[in-house]
Amino acid sequence: MGTEKKEVLVSIRDLEIKFDEYVAVSNVNFDIYKGETFSLVGESGSGKTTIGRALMRIHETSKGDIFFKGKKINQKVGARLHKELIKKMQMIFQDPAASLNERATIDYIVSEGLRNFRLYKNETERQQKVREALLSVGLLPEHLTRYPHEFSGGQRQRIGIARAMVMEPEFIVADEPISALDVSIRAQVLNLLKKLQQEKELTYLFIAHDLSVVRFISDRIAVIHKGKIVELAEAEELFLNPLHPYTKSLLSAIPIPDPRLEKNKKLVVYTGEEHDYSEDLPKWKEIKAGHFVWANDAEEKRYRMQMKIG
Amino acid sequence: MKGRDTILSIRDLEVTFKVRDRQLKAIRRISFDLYRGETLAIVGESGSGKSVLMKSLTGMLESNGTVSGGSIRFFGEELAQKKKPREWESIRGAKIATVFQDPMTSLNPVRTIGSQIVEVMMKHQRCSRKRAKQLAIELMERVGISEAAERFDAYPHEYSGGMRQRIVIAIALACRPQILICDEPTTALDVTVQAQILNLIKQLQQEEGFTTIYITHDLGVVANVADRVAVMYAGQIVEYGEVEEIFYESAHPYTWALLSSLPQLGQKGERLFSLHGTPPSLYHDIVGDAFAPRNQYAMRIDFEEEPPFFEITPTHYAKTWLCDPRVPFFKRPKAIEGLHQKMVMIYQGGNVSGNREERSFSFNSRS
Repeated sequence: MGTEKKEVLVSIRDLEIKFDEYVAVSNVNFDIYKGETFSLVGESGSGKTTIGRALMRIHETSKGDIFFKGKKINQKVGARLHKELIKKMQMIFQDPAASLNERATIDYIVSEGLRNFRLYKNETERQQKVREALLSVGLLPEHLTRYPHEFSGGQRQRIGIARAMVMEPEFIVADEPISALDVSIRAQVLNLLKKLQQEKELTYLFIAHDLSVVRFISDRIAVIHKGKIVELAEAEELFLNPLHPYTKSLLSAIPIPDPRLEKNKKLVVYTGEEHDYSEDLPKWKEIKAGHFVWANDAEEKRYRMQMKIG
Repeated sequence: MKGRDTILSIRDLEVTFKVRDRQLKAIRRISFDLYRGETLAIVGESGSGKSVLMKSLTGMLESNGTVSGGSIRFFGEELAQKKKPREWESIRGAKIATVFQDPMTSLNPVRTIGSQIVEVMMKHQRCSRKRAKQLAIELMERVGISEAAERFDAYPHEYSGGMRQRIVIAIALACRPQILICDEPTTALDVTVQAQILNLIKQLQQEEGFTTIYITHDLGVVANVADRVAVMYAGQIVEYGEVEEIFYESAHPYTWALLSSLPQLGQKGERLFSLHGTPPSLYHDIVGDAFAPRNQYAMRIDFEEEPPFFEITPTHYAKTWLCDPRVPFFKRPKAIEGLHQKMVMIYQGGNVSGNREERSFSFNSRS
């Protein structure tokens, strides 16, 4: 992907999110381009889900801006924009068992969004939309009268995806959509997400802890640590030229499915003591086109040197 | 294999569950040996029976499950016949200990960490409370809890997920077991913590000399820890061998499918390999090879007759008709051919070294 002339769909500027006095996320800056898969990778408690939920307007933000198609959305919005955002931005969750109402039929679950916002003219149109959504994720219309427990984990995740797709969204936040699934089912769900992206020109924000999966599906990856994005680059660039010591540590920790490599790799441990931020304070810096890192002036200089040699 | 000391020997093991008057055969005649000091990884998807297999080794099957056939020999003792909880007391926890996926299911949330370790110490090592506390603090230090004495009186919720799992490991090791079963011990943990826990178990294994069985679905973890690997499908082991044989020379189409599904092998813009269909229902008797309906390499005999194990090397066996000498040849799928070279390309950015001895590996950028 070139960096020239891409349409920005989502834009986050100097975002901060607080829970009471606790700053969960701060100094977050990134754009998501239309049609791309942007991944936010971090460990538990890093704030990745918090950012996803702020985008979905589930969490309030304490500073900064979130724009969707140029409109600021992290504030009170008018009824019309609200309805548009509900439609255009959808979310897929990690645990398909926990995110589906066990007492509702698939028909009810998939149409709930349509019903709540009256997004159909008549019953025939509603049924039509639900059918299409179901077919698009590889389920069948006869599944409509069944309940979630009658489905396997992979199928349940398809129901969760159908529920999002029925709204005809442009942007989907997928929060660890395959972490709870078996290896062979993961590939199916990833293929499905890719297929839907191509067919419907979707844009994804993929939230994950597993860098190895993310590499295959992402155009760009941001690494988040303790509420701050420490590095952002195109997927291959990030894997081959990681700059921030936390990124290096995360990369070294992923188990490689190859015994010769895995048994001989060196673990890079990150403590945070690598940085001296006593006077020279860190900022969000672009080291080379499209490759950003959270660094102070001294580190920036070092990273630039490293890039030239590397 | 010659020269190896077998400490656990399983033959034709069958485990059956009774579910609403129907019989579910979760383990279908499994045989394997465990060698002293090794790490064996058992790989399989959910429902393959890997956890049931491990529970049958410690008498922890759910009440509707029974060992319905075969034998489990452990130091000359027959475990398959044990029924009552009391019969298991000398084995479970004492000689065979288990570390589970979620540390919170093993720890009591309303009791302090220290008291939980002390309880196990006193029970199995028959020492005084004072001595047990001393031993517990030593053990906490050994599993990497800093300031163990101060943290002795803390509750599980005051510990991080990684620290809790360290405590579970400490409790498991408190009675110096011969075998440590690790049932997805790091699945609930972050990757950086996972790496530390895997290293900790390895280090303790070297110091204590116990034998480890890992149950996992993560092939990265398998590559990290295993000396040998057994692949399970539909209640059976379908292939086993040394770790490099399974990754680089696999012979069973199900193993091929597992390896082919690795997202690392995906090419941008192309579909990832994915296995169609679902495993067979274990309520019914299975005719032929259980994997046949999902196997793109299946032959007619796969639907008619169950394959035996074929020897590939003295350490590597596969239960598939593809290995029958009457089959002229078979070819592994392209996706997993040259797996090692591909992984080197992926993780080291094209620096494929022809020299197999040069295995040093680091993530510092290419400089």
